[in-house]
Amino acid sequence: MFKNIFRIFGIVLILGLLMSACGGQPTPGPTPAVENTQPIGEPTADTGEEQPEPTASGGGAAQPTQETAATPVAQVTSAQTAVPVPVTASFGETLSTVQDRGTILCGVNGQLPGFSFLDPDGNYSGFDADFCRALAVAVFGDPTKVEFRSTTTQERFTVLQTGEIDVLFRNTTWSLQRDSELGFNFGPTIFYDGQGIMVPADSGITALADLDGGTICVQKGTTTELNLADVMATEGVSYTPAVFDDVNATYGAYAEGRCDAVTSDKSQLSSVAKGVLPDPDAHVILDITLSKEPLGPLVRHGDDQWFDIVKWTVYATFAAEEYGITSENVEDEATNNQNPEVRRLLGLEGELGAKLGLSNDFAFNVISQVGNYAEIYERNLGEGTPTFIPRGLNSLYTEQGLLYSPPFR
Amino acid sequence: MAGELVTRQQALPPPGENASLIGWARKNLFSSWFNTLQTLLALGLLALLLRPALVWLFEQAEWRVIQDNFRLLMTGQYPIDQLWRVWLCLHLLAAILGLTWGVWVRGWWYIGGAILLILAVLAALARDPAVRLHLLILVGSALFGVGLGWVGGRRLLGRTLTGAWVLYFPLVLLIIRGISGGEGEFRLVPSNFWGGLLLTFLLTVVGIVVSFPLGILLALGRRSQLPAIRWVSTAYIELIRGVPLITILFMASTMVPLFLPSGVTIDRVLRAMVGITLFSAAYLAENVRGGLQAIPHGQYEAAQALGLSGFHTMTLIILPQALRIVIPVLVGQFISLFKDTSLVTTIGLLDLLGIGRSILANPQYISYQHEVLVFITFIYWSFSFLMSLLSQRLETALGVGQR
Amino acid sequence: MNQPQNQLPEFQKSAPLWRDERVLRIAGQVLFLILLAAAIVGLIDNMLDNMRRQGLQPDFTFFRLTSGFDIGEHLIPYDRTSTFARAFLVGLLNTLLVSGLGILIATLLGVFFGVCRLSTNFLVRQVARGYIEFLRNIPLLVLLIFLYVGVFIQLPRLREALVLPGPTLLSNRGVAIPGLVAGPTFQTYRLVLVGALLLAAGVWIGLTWQARRSGRAPLTLVWSLLAFLAAAAAGWIWLPSPPLILEPPAVQGLRVVGGVTLSPEFMALLTGLSIYTSAFIADVVRAGIQSVSRGQVEAAKSLGLPAGLILRLIVFPQALRVIVPPLTSQYLNLTKNSSLAVAIGFPELFHVSGTILNQSGRTVEVIILSMGTYLSISLITSALMNWYNQRVRLVER
Repeated sequence: MFKNIFRIFGIVLILGLLMSACGGQPTPGPTPAVENTQPIGEPTADTGEEQPEPTASGGGAAQPTQETAATPVAQVTSAQTAVPVPVTASFGETLSTVQDRGTILCGVNGQLPGFSFLDPDGNYSGFDADFCRALAVAVFGDPTKVEFRSTTTQERFTVLQTGEIDVLFRNTTWSLQRDSELGFNFGPTIFYDGQGIMVPADSGITALADLDGGTICVQKGTTTELNLADVMATEGVSYTPAVFDDVNATYGAYAEGRCDAVTSDKSQLSSVAKGVLPDPDAHVILDITLSKEPLGPLVRHGDDQWFDIVKWTVYATFAAEEYGITSENVEDEATNNQNPEVRRLLGLEGELGAKLGLSNDFAFNVISQVGNYAEIYERNLGEGTPTFIPRGLNSLYTEQGLLYSPPFR
Repeated sequence: MAGELVTRQQALPPPGENASLIGWARKNLFSSWFNTLQTLLALGLLALLLRPALVWLFEQAEWRVIQDNFRLLMTGQYPIDQLWRVWLCLHLLAAILGLTWGVWVRGWWYIGGAILLILAVLAALARDPAVRLHLLILVGSALFGVGLGWVGGRRLLGRTLTGAWVLYFPLVLLIIRGISGGEGEFRLVPSNFWGGLLLTFLLTVVGIVVSFPLGILLALGRRSQLPAIRWVSTAYIELIRGVPLITILFMASTMVPLFLPSGVTIDRVLRAMVGITLFSAAYLAENVRGGLQAIPHGQYEAAQALGLSGFHTMTLIILPQALRIVIPVLVGQFISLFKDTSLVTTIGLLDLLGIGRSILANPQYISYQHEVLVFITFIYWSFSFLMSLLSQRLETALGVGQR
Repeated sequence: MNQPQNQLPEFQKSAPLWRDERVLRIAGQVLFLILLAAAIVGLIDNMLDNMRRQGLQPDFTFFRLTSGFDIGEHLIPYDRTSTFARAFLVGLLNTLLVSGLGILIATLLGVFFGVCRLSTNFLVRQVARGYIEFLRNIPLLVLLIFLYVGVFIQLPRLREALVLPGPTLLSNRGVAIPGLVAGPTFQTYRLVLVGALLLAAGVWIGLTWQARRSGRAPLTLVWSLLAFLAAAAAGWIWLPSPPLILEPPAVQGLRVVGGVTLSPEFMALLTGLSIYTSAFIADVVRAGIQSVSRGQVEAAKSLGLPAGLILRLIVFPQALRVIVPPLTSQYLNLTKNSSLAVAIGFPELFHVSGTILNQSGRTVEVIILSMGTYLSISLITSALMNWYNQRVRLVER
């Protein structure tokens, strides 16, 4: 008789322990219930106070002070549109989570020379990687306080959605669907790119029509895939796509001659051609642009403060280049330059950083420790690098480019 | 009666010699015209396939790609200055294996000696003095273990040995991972630095060790009298066995963060381990269930007659017999698990195959596809083949099918 | 000495509630179910919560949206304006195609090598053993990658394609074989085929009726099949122009015109799956044949049966009983292993569902659907196997 009790309880206990080990902790209360009862005004005072207090531990019991800006908007839109926008009130905790953790989790590519590349010794270098470091400097004042996470094309959105990373700097194209349906906010475009096609130099292909009946290598799950389908259908060129899971397989197949051409963002084509393929001169990027590809950082929906931080860190680099401030002369400019805009940018007057929840000299730190946009560009994609791409549209608006920072005021 | 001599025909010639090589060939290869045809076809096939392969293997292949990247292939991106920790795990393994040899096996000295000799030769051939030193220490610790086991004997060291094996695997994980917050010698090496054969072995070992008891529990649950437990076990087993491993790994790596409260993350390697373990447990459960079904009812009845409780019946009578019957199938399942760890490349982990592919993505080595893939195939094949040989020996040693 | 009955202790009908086995059983199961339900509900709640935070609602209607991407190989018409549901169907059909052909080839190869493994010829036996032992001990993914990267992509470029008799073109764009194309008289020929089918059915019925009358069993299947083939051939010859034309492949510009082109991904996947599974099937067949006791074969020989008939009438039926269950599980493994095509780029179910997942952002729904599809295929096959097993199992005392 006792043997059966023992058996039952033993099995129940073990399985129960296993289940509870796999199961999650109880959720911190239902989200819609956290209605905003705080007064709508005075967001600055509240967010300013959040900074030094260590109360928000792990984001579990955060007060809804940070999303004062968020909820009024949500309520307004829900009154106007027929479909109620879900109230994502309690997710405005990214900054406090990041500060508690002590590092920023930054999602990058890891396999794209010039943008984000992991070398065998474990160091990340590249354009996107430098912007991650700039963000770390803005929040912590230290460019080493960032943990990079190499992501594949498959998982890049999921890891951002689930909170595994705080921001995605992964040469990702801004599109409506990603902005709305997937639940992301896109920061300012840091690289204006276009989709191109690369063919072997000796193939004699110069126009899209020459690719009729051919095979084109493309990577799975990208806007590249969709744009290619659209353009080929519009031009009436029939082709066969060869779709691969990851970057290495795609370009490997192209290099072996499996496809007549490979298509991707022109920046990626050029960095792969120069950095990865065995004979860079044997390949030519056609002078065709299939689509606009504005590449920039992404954050999740529902946290306007974090979104603002990412945005204004990027704008700080644009503005620094606009005013001619570099990492070399930033100390000098801080002491000598009397331009009010520059003084506000560098935090000498105006307390702009505090409005974002950062220190007032965040831009000063970013410029001095990472550099302005031109320096970041030159370091990774400039003329002296193997992954050189001419700046083109990635210049200031004063130089026929599209980089334009709103005023620091 | 004086019999007449029965006239016989010409005496038949004596039977052909089968002892010599020619005799053997005549019997096995050329006994009939069909047999001869088969032999010629087989020889032709072998010549056609083997000759170019051997020529390529020894003359044309550029093996320097393997030499240059050997460390990457073996341990991935594990920090070079911390490699001594990996060696430490190997030394402990050698010592424990030696101890097992000395206490339980006490035989097969030729095989053991051959292995040690190979290690010594490798030590002599190694160019890196650190590697040479470690290989010699490896040989030394194995010999030390054997000596200790021989001297100690079963009675004295049996329990210690079991304890050592049980403690070894968590200890390995601890050593490889390190202690967070520690600096210098035992600092944390996060799991995204584990790679190559090291990661393959870690995944395999954790998979085997955790899925084995889980599989037994599931098998018992499936045969349980209580309908709730039986149905849940059956549902789990059928569900897991019906889907490919790659989808389970993919689900584990993308959906596990969704199931956890926000902010809580699990290591990517841990997710892969969980996926592999859950998968393997279902298959093990089926194999163990087959073994349980082969136990005659008389055993249960005899145990009951002796007054043993359900738990004791299981652990002392039924499970030892059932497990002994299904050992070859279980080891086959473990070999499959070892091979299936190669699937973690699809979720972005850099195990042996993953590191191989990323080496091939390097422009320097992009034309050495065959060499790297052949080397990786060779490593997988040798370990799997060794394990299957071991299972055959284990079968004969335990007398499966004979008593 | 007699013990008065009324001095025995009160007879307890049952143990107290907290020790009663029946109550404990039920209580234990209820507790287990509650724990399990709590764990599952907790997990799902977390998931829905996390999804709600993103403004995502789990729903399956997105399958009716336009997909926007092209798929390289599709058995049914598909283009970028088709829906996600159609893309999923394309992937499913590709999986079934590869699995079906793979099962066929693997079975043939497996039976061949399994029988070779038991040959009396030493060399043949060892070659088969080497084949089986090699393939069983390597991972399928490594084999697939080796075949794709090391064999099929290494074939020459299209302009310098190898031409085999056929004509068959071998290049790194695939294997182009001659294909059958409907000729001018194809419509008429279809009617001819229907007629041939009716004739074969008639032959079958006639032979069965004759068998019942005479008591002997003629080979109904063989004769009706022959009748069908004869009628089809007669119809072919009688028609003025051939109904089906063999169209040879030819290189034209960047592509191959005519014939059927099997892409390198398809060829690598098919070859890899077939030879890998054939090694396991060979082992299963060998074990099955060896399981038939020697006495059966000796008895058959003593009855004077020739070797072919022994194999067909005595060994195979008994071996089949042992072979079929593991054989079916190998077939299931092949079908599930086809999902490894994601590593070499063949658009089968898992690969296409990965694209759908990426382009639509619906992680949970797509994963559930693709796992559910694989599960359905497995369960249906297992059910069929169990039914077959029930029919042929040995009825024991």
